Amino acid sequence: MRRLLGCLAFIVALSVSAQDKVLRIVPHSNLNILDPIWTTQYMARNHGYMVYDTLFGTDEKNRIQPQMVEKWSTSPDNRLWTFTLRSGLAFHDGRPVTGEDVIASLQRWGRRDAMGQKLFTFVDRMDSPSSNTFRIFLREACGFVLEALGKPSSNVPFIMPKRVADTPADRQIEDATGSGPYIFVKDEFKPGDKAVYVKNTKYVPRKEPPSGTAGGKHVYVERVEWNLALRDAQAQVNALLRGEVDILEQPAFESYAPLQADKNVQVVNSNPLGFQYMCRFNHLHPPFNNAKVRQAALAAMQQEQFLRAQVGIKEFYRPCASMFTCDTPYGSAKGSEIQSKSNMKRAQELVKTSGYDGTPVVIMKPTDLASITKLPDVAAQLMRQAGFKVDLQAMDWNTVVTRRSKKEPPAQGGWNMFCTAWVAPDIWNPIANPAVGALGEKSWFGWPSDDQIEKLRDQFARETDEAKKKALAEAIQARAFEIATHAPLGEYINPLAARRNVSGFVTGPGNLYWNIKKN
Amino acid sequence: MLVFLLLRLTPGDPAAIMAGDAATAEQIEQIRAGLGLDRPIVVQFGIWLGRIVSGDLGESYYFRIKVATLIGQRLEPTFALATMTILIAVLVAVPLGMLAAWRFGGWLDRALMGFSVLGFSIPVFVLAYVLIWLVSLQLGWLPVQGYVRIADGFFLFLKHLILPAVTLSVIYIALIARVTRASVLEALGEDYIRTARAKGLPEMRVLVRHALANAAVPIVTVIGIGIAILIGGVVVTESVYAIPGLGRLTVDAVLARDFPTIQGVIIFFSFIYVAVNLLIDLSYLVFDPRIRY
Repeated sequence: MRRLLGCLAFIVALSVSAQDKVLRIVPHSNLNILDPIWTTQYMARNHGYMVYDTLFGTDEKNRIQPQMVEKWSTSPDNRLWTFTLRSGLAFHDGRPVTGEDVIASLQRWGRRDAMGQKLFTFVDRMDSPSSNTFRIFLREACGFVLEALGKPSSNVPFIMPKRVADTPADRQIEDATGSGPYIFVKDEFKPGDKAVYVKNTKYVPRKEPPSGTAGGKHVYVERVEWNLALRDAQAQVNALLRGEVDILEQPAFESYAPLQADKNVQVVNSNPLGFQYMCRFNHLHPPFNNAKVRQAALAAMQQEQFLRAQVGIKEFYRPCASMFTCDTPYGSAKGSEIQSKSNMKRAQELVKTSGYDGTPVVIMKPTDLASITKLPDVAAQLMRQAGFKVDLQAMDWNTVVTRRSKKEPPAQGGWNMFCTAWVAPDIWNPIANPAVGALGEKSWFGWPSDDQIEKLRDQFARETDEAKKKALAEAIQARAFEIATHAPLGEYINPLAARRNVSGFVTGPGNLYWNIKKN
Repeated sequence: MLVFLLLRLTPGDPAAIMAGDAATAEQIEQIRAGLGLDRPIVVQFGIWLGRIVSGDLGESYYFRIKVATLIGQRLEPTFALATMTILIAVLVAVPLGMLAAWRFGGWLDRALMGFSVLGFSIPVFVLAYVLIWLVSLQLGWLPVQGYVRIADGFFLFLKHLILPAVTLSVIYIALIARVTRASVLEALGEDYIRTARAKGLPEMRVLVRHALANAAVPIVTVIGIGIAILIGGVVVTESVYAIPGLGRLTVDAVLARDFPTIQGVIIFFSFIYVAVNLLIDLSYLVFDPRIRY
């Protein structure tokens, strides 16, 4: 009998121990595309960070740090960049990572990503003189080579095997072999149900402590399971309270009160720079084809009102006068007075003097995206108060993203305004930030056109002196406020919630699952 | 054909969702072309119809796997949930309805009618949250979410399925109990019941063997209709309890405008609907030998 009890106790202990090694996560959305270069979806990016490694990372202080790269050098004229990969890098299939893999990966990324495309306008050619070395030859000096290679958010230049990276950029890859800290278990992937990653036991982490997407990527759990079926906000809270899952990536704002009240749950802000809300004007059609009308709308959009309605928790939001993320190198209030120092009276005056003719403003409101669904309501109310006629049209997010690509007038299925949110690194400099691009119909939805901005962005891309880059970023922002490319609506954080026995969270732009321990 | 056309007329573009928020209009167009969505609707319809005729439901835009495979992956949870729901509903509702008819006008009858009104009125998601709060969070008896496949352990499978099935069964208990009550009540007024009682048969035998058996046809019909309606019910239940079944697949596919998956699921549901109705019609032969086809 004693032996039997002993055996049972041993089996139970083994089972508990096995559970300790499985990290059960509820991601912020569904994982439906596994190619982080083909799509800019954040879920694909997070999947990428599990499976792939990057040449450079961005640390907690937003500095670019080497990751797969051991050392690098530049020629005196900054036109030749030579990189040496660190030893011990290997793909999940056991093959070593070579310069050829890096070149193929960068070429594919450069065809999809906006910053990559910009970088490749400078690139003359690349080569790999030895298996662990690669070189980038530039036509002229470029001021953002390392920023591009260490770009922390979509699209991240993840390094894939050459045979995978040779897939045309407009086609999705079919093989998730990477060299990152986890291995994707394809056989256990059930779309809409779960995605499973196991520890890459052969991964050699850097010696530096983990910091952002840089530093040592140590894995202390055997297996990570993403629960893709659990998407009801209340069900997520219940599951965490009961200990059925370990981490909720992005709880709904109204869920924090019950979560914080439970002694077994902790709320951790692993993405301190957070997100920025914005409303985008369509520059092609009346009334927002008139800069003065856009300025009047901008003046009406007081950030505090949006943040209070959408986020609601005072500690989780802050007004930010910058179009580039506040508290990052290019964050600045330059030129923002039209919005930050305005009030409703001023907005009403601007509407009257703008030449606004009463054309209804069609605002698209997504009803199924809780994280931004209240922004259009607030915008509509503020704009009505300012003197605009507003046609607030409710639809699902899919319809918003479909309709926003239509360049037709609002009466023919087009639009005047929509609101969205960006994770900080996506907008923290003038090259990455799609909303300040002003190349007309080649720009991001809304299609602003302004030669001055584009000239300044070109200068920024070429500039290597940090102080001058900062000045150029300020000039770009001032001009963007002047022509009202869009309305920044302030910043917010959306901390994760986890069981108290989970520790070691790494801060970064998304959710990074190395260094995490589960006791 | 109707579903195909309706989906194409609905606003929304799968390519826009697939591309992500930072994608340009040009990238979205590339994806559309890759999916064949830039072709005329007639051409798209022809391709789809050709595949359907050869038994191919197509391939999901997102996961690039066969829709039939996707449905296959989701079939077990939904089938298990629906079966257990109907099982609970029939086992509870038929005896309750029969007893209510037997005690017509009494407290049991009134209580059952009250429960029926409540069962019809309470939204599934409200009941789900109440049950989760009570049974899982307060009493800690059952898990709050998830599904465990039967192959991974029958006890765990059952443990995860009870609460969703009970949630979903309430409306069917209300529906079936009412119909059973009405049918049995009608049967109890027939001459053959009076004859059976006059012969001195035990009351339970009169109720089950004579009244219920003769009232079976409308009950079976409503159970059949219930199975069809159940398809709508599982969508909500699967969402609240995080069950990766066909309901959840349908919601995801609709939100993402995954046209092949939506079309495939609807065809599959239509097939199930027709099959269930056929089985119900055939079962009449068993319950009422007077019926001939």
